[in-house]
Amino acid sequence: MTGQPYPEPAASPTATEAGREPSLRPARPRWRETLGLLARNPTAAGAATVLVLVALVAVFDQQLAPEGPNEISVEDRLQPPSTEHWFGTDDLGRDVLSRIILGASVSLRVGFTAVGIALVVGTLIGLLAGYYGKWVDDVLMRFMDVIFAFPAVLLAIAVLAVRGPGPTNTAIAIAVVYVPIFARVTRASVLGVREEVYVRASRSVGASDLRLLTRHILPNAAPPIIVQTSISLAFAVLAEAALSFLGLGTQPPNPSWGLMLAEGRGYIELAWWIAFFPGMAIFLVVLCFNLLGDGLRDVLDPRQRTAMGGGR
Amino acid sequence: MDLTKRAEPERDVLVSARGLEVHFPIRGSGFRRRPIGAVRAVDGVDLDVYRGETLGLVGESGCGKSTLGNALLRLVPPTGGRVTFDGIDVTALDRRRLRELRRRAGMVFQDPFASLDPRRTVAQTVSEPLEVHGLAGDRRERAARVGELLELVGLDPAVAGRYPHEFSGGQRQRVGIARALAGEPDFLVCDEAIASLDVSVQAQVLNLLRRLQRQLGLTLLFVSHDLSAVRHISDRIAVMYLGRIVEVGPAAAVAGDPQMPYTRALLSAVPVPHPELERSRQRVVLGGDVPSPAAVPSGCRFRTRCPDVFEPCPDVDPALQPVGSAPGHLAACHLHGVVGTPVAAEADGAADRPPRAATGSAAR
Amino acid sequence: MSEPVLEVEDLRVDLRTPRGTAHVVNGLSYTVGRGETVAVVGESGSGKSVSVLALLGLLPSRTATVTGRAALQGEDLLTMSKNRLREVRGPGVGMVFQDPMTSLNPVLTIGRQLAEAVRAHGESSKAAARERAVDLLREVGLPDPDRAVDRYPHQLSGGMRQRVIIAIALANSPALLIADEATTALDVTVQAQIIELVDRLQEDHGTGVVWITHDLGVVAGIADRVLVMYGGRCVEDGTVDDVLERPAHPYTRGLLGALPDLAEETGDGEVPDLATVPGVPPPPTDLPEGCVFWPRCPVRSDPRCETEQPPLDLVGGPLLTKGDGLPHRAATWCREGDDRWT
Repeated sequence: MTGQPYPEPAASPTATEAGREPSLRPARPRWRETLGLLARNPTAAGAATVLVLVALVAVFDQQLAPEGPNEISVEDRLQPPSTEHWFGTDDLGRDVLSRIILGASVSLRVGFTAVGIALVVGTLIGLLAGYYGKWVDDVLMRFMDVIFAFPAVLLAIAVLAVRGPGPTNTAIAIAVVYVPIFARVTRASVLGVREEVYVRASRSVGASDLRLLTRHILPNAAPPIIVQTSISLAFAVLAEAALSFLGLGTQPPNPSWGLMLAEGRGYIELAWWIAFFPGMAIFLVVLCFNLLGDGLRDVLDPRQRTAMGGGR
Repeated sequence: MDLTKRAEPERDVLVSARGLEVHFPIRGSGFRRRPIGAVRAVDGVDLDVYRGETLGLVGESGCGKSTLGNALLRLVPPTGGRVTFDGIDVTALDRRRLRELRRRAGMVFQDPFASLDPRRTVAQTVSEPLEVHGLAGDRRERAARVGELLELVGLDPAVAGRYPHEFSGGQRQRVGIARALAGEPDFLVCDEAIASLDVSVQAQVLNLLRRLQRQLGLTLLFVSHDLSAVRHISDRIAVMYLGRIVEVGPAAAVAGDPQMPYTRALLSAVPVPHPELERSRQRVVLGGDVPSPAAVPSGCRFRTRCPDVFEPCPDVDPALQPVGSAPGHLAACHLHGVVGTPVAAEADGAADRPPRAATGSAAR
Repeated sequence: MSEPVLEVEDLRVDLRTPRGTAHVVNGLSYTVGRGETVAVVGESGSGKSVSVLALLGLLPSRTATVTGRAALQGEDLLTMSKNRLREVRGPGVGMVFQDPMTSLNPVLTIGRQLAEAVRAHGESSKAAARERAVDLLREVGLPDPDRAVDRYPHQLSGGMRQRVIIAIALANSPALLIADEATTALDVTVQAQIIELVDRLQEDHGTGVVWITHDLGVVAGIADRVLVMYGGRCVEDGTVDDVLERPAHPYTRGLLGALPDLAEETGDGEVPDLATVPGVPPPPTDLPEGCVFWPRCPVRSDPRCETEQPPLDLVGGPLLTKGDGLPHRAATWCREGDDRWT
């Protein structure tokens, strides 16, 4: 007994694995594990399914829409929902369902673009500020504070006033508002991860800053950022609606949910469906993004993975 | 003081610290957060680690032993003094040569649950040094090398694709050791590497470290608060108190014939699993607590708790001097003759203190 | 021997976990007499901490099932009402946990927290409670107790905080003190101070002590009797001399062999490797049949090891030498080459 360095039995290797060549790749890719866990969370899985359907609708809008978005038909104006026009028609006789389907791509594209820009820029700023600290942190975060201090709508209006309306500029305007949020979330997360022993351990074997940031810090700091992304998508869809509502976003006659909501407002007593259905579309998408965000928050918690039982 | 006569026969020094200082500023609460003081975690350490030996570094929490271990590898930037690694000045390395140091000197951390990235597999963790230093060529070679390393530390190479949470504490610590060994280092710092493990697992890891040390000819700095473990694994022991080495020498001499009152107290406080012995033991129970490293006492820093304190203690900062009968046994204590820097002089020349006269092999 | 302070009989604790029922404590019995210290020794996951949390009703009732009997001075703690338990716990049992920082409320002064403990059970006036607080701090050897009462926990060192917690635990002169890894987070010199303190207080007040630890060195210094736990069972118990100097269970021997010994005289020769207990303890959700230790046992030979659970049997003859009549028992089938078994 004494004197023998004792090889511990490995963590219950299964028969298939025991004889296998050692490999650098994980036994099961992490993203698949994440998807598997997400599938076990019915609310989040439902929300994800709905969002995928909405995205499909947005992609195949031309094929799906029963009518063109701007087919005006005066004799059909202000028709209530019927078998012919499921969601009714608006004051110009345009089919509301068609406009919602075609508006989906506008709303979602603006939302995704805005959040995409904010995610990339904000995460980068937060990563640098959190990792390098000191004056880098001071400079970057004070700048973020300044942006953050402006009322969001005012800031977006200012951007649009300078660059003029349109979907791309709407996305940029929304992105500017969201950059500080991503920067803050990222920085806070990075500050925690930066102090982890495994980061020090990696540094002790000679890993460069770039490697530490990309291989260790970003992956471990990612969960709150991912959650923030899904929640921000919800808000971006709302923001696009709000800006269009104010006449700064999508310009008529192009359809966007927010714009349709604004246009339907005047007819709310006469023809409730014009405002109601775009409103429901916004509500549904925002709700689903939020539910997905909550679900991801749970799924990305490392303890969840243990509970799923990788090896034991 | 010519120490060379009494010092051990010439030995090959791998890592050496001279007047090493790591001070952390304490910042005020004002807008500019100006430093208003300093925590002197490491405060003038002279220490040699000989090639191929295991040096145990013991001390109580807050004595600066971990900071010292980190500073030797420049994982914490020293604020003063010099560290040389195999003759190269570690404190003045450019980026490329610092990376080479990282390959040649590894570290094993205390908490095996925190020191492995939870999102990376064992293989990814162990192969990181290989990738960083461009060792072991392509992916296939790296995978083979990872397998070798896992076997070396007593793990089944088949577990390479698993994540840390699937392992027990002892197994994780083995993974941590495998990572530290991947670059084929000469020097390994084990920072409380067994402190978070169960007793039976501690023994496994201690045995493993000893086997690796012999098999690979490693030089080991074993930082620990556990005197029994340090005594077991070390060739020499250095005792640290409030940022200073207060006694150093061959393990048997330091543990068996301590010459500094602090070492004596420390040794007498270690519980041993022999009831008879425990009952009959004379304890040197120290009064009070370790002073804050932000307010180090003048002169000998142990004097506030020392049972044998006398006149020169507050006035002269004791230097390490040869004590006892074993060669290479040094202690910083006036009981063996008042040697050191007078306090007034030290206060004057604190910024550019001359190299201390009495150091083990400084005179070489 | 007078009436025992604590009598635990066949204590069992099951915890519901996502991975199934964990049998954390499986039939634990022991007694603690007045002024006696019983050390409960084990590695993490041995059930040693859970066993005392269960006594005090500190386990979550939704997931934990506790059975058996645990009488504190004759009154069963496991069947009493929540209110009665609260009444009994304060004055009857003092608790000291591992982490001295989290056991104290960071926003209240030491004095307030001590006074609360004192006033919760009797002492009425504020001034009297404060005075008692100062006395208690003096008793546990806190320097400058008059000023210390007005300090906050973060202003004290770890050792000082642990003294305060001991002062709170002893505020009402409890019959029983439970210390769960009370010195594990402390330095050895401070640990020595705390152990001396507990020793002295125990002598003065006749308190019974249950000292839970993984450190066999501490056990040797503090305990009268030792109980070694593994896999939720007591695998060996007896006087501290019997268990540490003449261990009978292979697990106890393994643990002792795994300890680097500061006292061992090695000279200049090669220091031998430490003995190790191979492998890791079984998960409490999946305990082996038969002897809990057999999968790791280096000397298993009896066919019963893998099928039949060994009873806690007397270890025989020469071990009953001290004349104190305290039995030395071990739960193992392993008797080979060992003449000490009856």
